[in-house]
This record gives sequence, C-alpha cells and structure tokens, in this order.
Amino acid sequence: MSNWKEVVALDGIPVLGSRVFRTDETEIAIFRTRDDSIFAVHNACPHKGGVLSEGIVHGHKVTCPLHNWVINLEDGEAQGADKGSTACFETKVESGMVYINL
Amino acid sequence: MKKIVLIGNGMAGVRTLEELFKITEEKFDITVFGSEPYGNYNRIMLSPVLADEKTIDEIMINDLDWYKDNGITLHTDSTITSINRSSKTVMDDKGNSYDYDKLLIATGSNPFILPIEGHDLDGVIGFRDISDVDQMIDAAKSHKNAIVIGGGLLGLEAANGLMKQGMNVTVVHLLADLMEMQLDSTASQMLLTSLIERGMSFKMESQTQKLIANDSGRVKQIEFADGSAMDTDLVVMAVGIRPNFVLAQESGIYCERGIVVDDTMMTYDPSIYAVGECIQHRHLCYGLVAPLFEQAKVCANHLAGYGIGIYEGSITSTKLKVTGIDLFSAGNFKGTENSEDLVFQDAARGVYKKIVIENDTIIGSVMYGDTIDGSWYFQLMKDENNIADMRDRLLFGQAHVGDSGHGPLDMVASMDDSAEICGCNGISKGDITNAINEQNLFTLEDVRAHTKASSSCGSCTGLVEQLIASTLGGEYSESPKKKPICGCTDHTKQEVHDFIFDNNFETVFEVFARMGWENVDGCHVCRPEVNYYLLAANPDYVDDAQSRFINERSHGNIQKDGTYSVVPRMWGGVTTPLELRTIADVVDKFNIPTMKVTGGQRIDLFGVTKEDLPKVWKDLNAGGLVSGHAYGKSLRTVKTCAGDTWCRFGTKDSMAMGIKLEKIAWGSWMPHKFKLAVSGCPRNCAEATIKDFGLVAVQSGWELHVGGNGGIKVRVTDLLTRVESEEEAIEYVGAYIQLYREDALYLERTAPWIDRVGLSFITEQLVDDEDNRKALNARFLVSQEKSQDDPWKERAEGAQSHQFEVITL
Repeated sequence: MSNWKEVVALDGIPVLGSRVFRTDETEIAIFRTRDDSIFAVHNACPHKGGVLSEGIVHGHKVTCPLHNWVINLEDGEAQGADKGSTACFETKVESGMVYINL
Repeated sequence: MKKIVLIGNGMAGVRTLEELFKITEEKFDITVFGSEPYGNYNRIMLSPVLADEKTIDEIMINDLDWYKDNGITLHTDSTITSINRSSKTVMDDKGNSYDYDKLLIATGSNPFILPIEGHDLDGVIGFRDISDVDQMIDAAKSHKNAIVIGGGLLGLEAANGLMKQGMNVTVVHLLADLMEMQLDSTASQMLLTSLIERGMSFKMESQTQKLIANDSGRVKQIEFADGSAMDTDLVVMAVGIRPNFVLAQESGIYCERGIVVDDTMMTYDPSIYAVGECIQHRHLCYGLVAPLFEQAKVCANHLAGYGIGIYEGSITSTKLKVTGIDLFSAGNFKGTENSEDLVFQDAARGVYKKIVIENDTIIGSVMYGDTIDGSWYFQLMKDENNIADMRDRLLFGQAHVGDSGHGPLDMVASMDDSAEICGCNGISKGDITNAINEQNLFTLEDVRAHTKASSSCGSCTGLVEQLIASTLGGEYSESPKKKPICGCTDHTKQEVHDFIFDNNFETVFEVFARMGWENVDGCHVCRPEVNYYLLAANPDYVDDAQSRFINERSHGNIQKDGTYSVVPRMWGGVTTPLELRTIADVVDKFNIPTMKVTGGQRIDLFGVTKEDLPKVWKDLNAGGLVSGHAYGKSLRTVKTCAGDTWCRFGTKDSMAMGIKLEKIAWGSWMPHKFKLAVSGCPRNCAEATIKDFGLVAVQSGWELHVGGNGGIKVRVTDLLTRVESEEEAIEYVGAYIQLYREDALYLERTAPWIDRVGLSFITEQLVDDEDNRKALNARFLVSQEKSQDDPWKERAEGAQSHQFEVITL
C-alpha cells in the first residue's frame, strides 16, 4: 500500500548531506548523493543505534558517526564484515520536491 | 564475457581472483586448473597441520562452494600440459583444450630435490603440499627415525612437526649456522641451543652423499660426504624451492629464474599475466606470502582493465612458526661496509636483538626471544625514518622511545588467551587468534574489520600485528610496503599530502580525480583528510562541510545517544561571575542533564539535543562565551597556573600569557587536536610538559617544550629552546603550529609526529633558521585571519540551519 508524503524540497538537502524527518512513530534520515539520488532509511545504525543522518555520505553509502559502520543506502545493509540492516523507504522526486513512501 | 583461465589453484592465483571481484562489477567466464584435489588452502599453515595444531579443514581458504558461488569452473586433479599462444588455448592432461582471452599463470614453486643417488626412493619427499604432509604423518605411525635435509625455515618447521608426531628427528645442514638466510651467527646459535633442548638432533656442516634403500625399495640409510652414515626411515628434503615455470618456458614465454613479469604483472605476452612464486620481478623471486598479496592486487587491477597500480617489489620479514620460539628478521641484517650494529644480548633471558643502521636509517634487524618490536623496526626500515634522535633508546623498543607511560609489553606469544589486547573494544587474544584461524584473515585491515581490535584508538596495533604474525607464523609478513590512506586509493598519506601541497586544487573531488581514486566520492576516511590538506595548503580554500566528521560539522561532540556536548572557551582557564552565571542559566533553561569540569580548565555541558544547539549557543554568546572547539582537530585548551599574580613561587604572569596565546591560536584547523599550557615556574603546576606545546617560565625567560601527550601513550615533551622575551615565545608558538599544520599527516598528534620526523628537524626549522621561523609565523597569522569567526555565532544566526531543523509533517 502506498502512502507517499511530500517531505522537503530537493534543494533543502545539501549534496552529500542529509535531513532528518520525524513522524510520530519513527525518525527517518533522507540522504542526497552526489548523483542527486535520494535515499531514506530509518535513522539508526543496526550496530548501536547511531544517528545515520550525521554520517559522511560517499557513493550510495553512509558511514555511521559512532563506530564507522558503513551502511548501503540502497538496501540498508551493513557493508564489509559487519552484519545488520536498517529499514529503507521508497523515495521519489517530482517537480523539485522529495516524497517518501511511509 | 571475457574468458580468464587460471593455471594453479593456489594462494596467489585465487587471491588475484578475489581482488578482481572486489574491484569490478564486470562478470568474467573464469576457469581454474589445479593439480591437487582440493580447493585453495593456506600453504603456509602446513607446518601447524604437521605439528597437529590444526586440521586440513581449518586451513582451507576457499572451499569448493566458494568457486560455485562465484561462478568459477574449477578443475581439480587437473594439470595443464601446454599453452598455445597463437590460438590462445591451453591443453590439460586429459587432452581437453580451453580458450582464453587472458591467461593467468600461478604455478608456484617446487621443492628442490638434491640430485643425489637414491633421491627417488620411497620415503624421500619434499615439504610442499598436503600430500607431503599426509606422507609424513603416515610415516610417523609406523616408523621411528626421520632426517630432514636443510636447516632453513621450512626444514626446521618440518622437523618440529615430525618431532610432534613422535619421531626422532635429525636435521642435516650444510653450514654451521641454521637459517643462515634469515639469522646472524649469534641468533642462529641461540636457536640451535633451544631446539636441542626441545629434543631435536643436528648434524651440522654435513653434505649428503647418497640415500640407500632396503629390500622393499624404501630409504633405510643416509650417507654423508665425510663417510659417516645414519639409519633413517624417512627423508624430507627442504633445501629450497625453485619457481615452477617449465610450462611457461615451453610455450615460449620469456623466463630466467622465473617467469619474467613487468610492474603490472604482465609477462612478455600481453595476454598472459603471472603472479606468485613462479615469477621473477625486477630480478627477484619471492617465496613468502606478503608479496603474493601485493602482486595479486596489482594484477587484478590490470585484468579488470583499469590500468592503475604498479608493483614495485616487496621488502619482506621472517618469523619461524615453531610454537614457543620467537624470532624475527628483516632486511640486510648482515650489514654492509658502512653500516653499524646496535646489539642487545641477555643470554640468561634468551634475548638477542641486533639492529643494523646505515646513514641513520635501519637497513635490517634480527631478533631472538623478544620480538615484540619487530614490526616497529620493520616499519621504520620501510619508511626509511631517521632514527638518530632515538638511537640511544631504540634497542629497548617502542615503549621506551616516547618516554614513560607504557610498561614493558608482555611477549604476545606467552600471553593467556583471555588477555585483553584491545582495551577500547574489549577484544581478547583468543578472540583475535580464533578470528584469524576461522575466517582466514591475513592482514591488519582484515582483523580490524572482523574483530574491531585496533580499530579505535590504535594503541594496540603493534600487539595485533604481533598476534597476526605469531598466529600465521612462518613465511607470513604483515604490512605491505606502503600503507594506503584507505581502500579508495593506493596512495599513502604522505603522497597525498605532498601532492596537494605541490599543486593547487579547489575541491576534494579534483584531488580524487587527479590521483586516480577508485571511488569518486572518496569515503569517510580519506575525505576529511584530503579536505584538511587543502585547507592547510591554501588559506583561501573553501572548506567542504560534507567532508568533515559530524563533530566538526555540528560544532559539538556527538555522544552515544545522539545528543551533543557543548564546551565554551574559558580563556586560559580564567573565568568570571558573568560567564559562570550565563552557563548556569543555560543549563537551567535547556534542562541540560550533566555539567562537568574538564581536565583542561573549562566546563562541559552534556546531553544537549541537536535542535537546541543553536539556541544554547545564542545564549552563551550573549554572555560573551564562544566555541571552545572541544570537538575539533584544532586548538583545544590553554591550561595555566596562577603565576606571579598570586603564587609566592611564580616568576611570570602565566595566566596573562595563556590568555594571549589562546587569543592568537584559537580557531585554527590542525592535523589533530592541540593543547597548550603555561606554567609560571619550574614547579610546572599547569603540566606543560605533557602538552603539544608547553611554556615554563623561569627567571631569565621562557622554556619552550614540544611534543608532549598525556593520552593514549604518555610522552613527555622535548625541550626545544629557551627564549628571553614574551614576543619571541609567542612567535615560536605560531611558527610551531604552522610547521605542524604543514608538515604533519592528518590525525597525527605532535608526539608521534616528532617521533617520526625527529626533534632535530623541528630544531632546524625553528631554532636554527630565524627567517624560516618568522615566515612560518607570518603564514600562520595570515591563515588565522580567515579562521577566527566564532562558528557558534554564525550558526546561532541561522547558518547551516538545515542541519539543526527536523522536518515534521
């Protein structure tokens, strides 16, 4: 079931940066990569719950600021030898606005 | 799909395939031929298998499922008999022919069998593969006496294993010293004594003449050139290995002592590459593991068609894999005409260390009994560091170079499995050795990724490297010649630093593109580093916020629950009722849970939410407080004592001097954090001698101390010089910071920086060369013009607001 929400203007997210989107149930980190792809994941690292929105973004990945786990934004999976995953949300950009499928 | 054929299912070839999968998404049609009936196993672990310390299953690196999962066709028990280069096909021993686009030869080496009478009898073997080990274990079940010919690394490991299997073992060696390729005479004699104590017998300086058979054609006796003879049931020849290049040579590929390859691992035929023990590169053949890994990486890059990366040869080191014997050797340990030896010998403890030095750099080392510092000497040797300044302490090891703090480290081999190695992550010796064995780890990076040991503060790195060496043992040597910044590139920190300072770049991405980074965005390791060098090289560089770690982006320290800590600057540790009242009001207003007095004479406020940060800063600003940069690679605190304003012993006004220095130096970005202290007399209450720069007032002026550290590893400062006036002292501080900013590598505190470059370098730059000192200080002041804006004020007024505002619906 689709539940698309308009969240923020694309220009409101810095390139290789993020914004935090909070609902009653959860907190979501929205990332903009250098190729202008938009990704949205649950804003908690599968390791110790680190705030992923504060991480350094590179390629389609983000590095958690607490212990440097690298999370793939495409599928939420931890990279390398680390094991774990965080929930992902569908995104789209229409007329300069970012939408998330909650 | 491009067809790749690999001849030789061993460590070098298969590692190349693994490296290939790592760097490219492209799919290949890969076929592998191996003469043995197994997957790829860890050949250097055959000695522990023979010694009953490991099983065959435990030393498998890639089992048959791995080949299946990666879509590789594996032909075991299959030997390639010819290569047809014009039709680009290979033929196996069953007469089948296979096409290739690229051929990779990794045929390894063969044990050298002495061409003496009886060398082909039953019971005469080499020590090279699983079948040799099986034969030895079988022989031990029904026979008693074994002879190992060759007292080198491999021979001694074989002899040790056979002894563990219950045989009486005699090692026959041509020369008077065991392991003469790796040890000098002293270490060799110590090794001999200790092996005899363990029950091994030796026949030194003996040449084998012939092997004599019994009635059933099995070896029963060995005869020597001096006419003497010994009975034996098994002869293991371990007199060396020879690169196996017959196949290549027969197909017309140019070979000398091995298959000759260039720096890209290409043979004289551009469709054919070769790696491992079968090759000859820049006139050298290698019989150790570490070079194979370096070669595999380069070869994979060229097979993938990237064309980046060259192999420049390897410097290797050696450890013997006989449990309980610690020995290490590297480089030219026998010395040259111009070299000198530093020697430490303690016969009662069984410890011997020799370091060979030429032109103030280490060119080789041999250690016996206590090898804890082996990897450190090895690193100093590879980096060609000047050791003149630590020459007097060098032999006592790394723990003694930075002065006090670290007690003598236990020998890692004798540590209990439960001993904690990595204090940050709580990783024990057993955790690490299990991971190395079970996950087949080879490098420090592997161990960091799988166990987290040595991945936080890094102070246990030497111990972890020791553990890797002692667990993998034998021919393995840790640390490739160059340590790249991160996985995005092969360039070292120094290379990247120099390239940026020698050129003019405007963005981190320009640097990545020009230096051939594999990931166009870099990663969390290299991007902050490159961003820093750009900043330090050019005062006009526009800082890239997205290339900074979150603390420097949010101007606070992120805590484990995602809140931040806030530390306002308290100039020189001196405060006022207004400042304290402002802080108290902020704490009340924002319900800040914890206030703590820091070691640097300031107050830390813990538990501020990110959204509150700009509001907290605004209120602090209103009371005259600015950012203390407690989160940054920058000037942290300036600690002072009371000085002559109040103290009856004080000789100068240390508080005023501290405030003055802090006003000059705050806001500057540096390779790492930087702490200052000013003491008003030699009683040194401000603890200036464990700071990055410490000033101690004396009646006649100021003592200037550099390179101290009270953190991970305590290092007491070196005295740089004494000056008379306050102005001179201030100039020194500016010049020293600028030298550190320009010369040190990112994340290198001043203490390890000085250990690396030497105090004499700092003295030359600052004390001996007044013009240079003034120029450095001038450059520092120019860069400070652009960095002394309070980041809190800017953000309290709305800068970077996207960072601090949460979106809600």
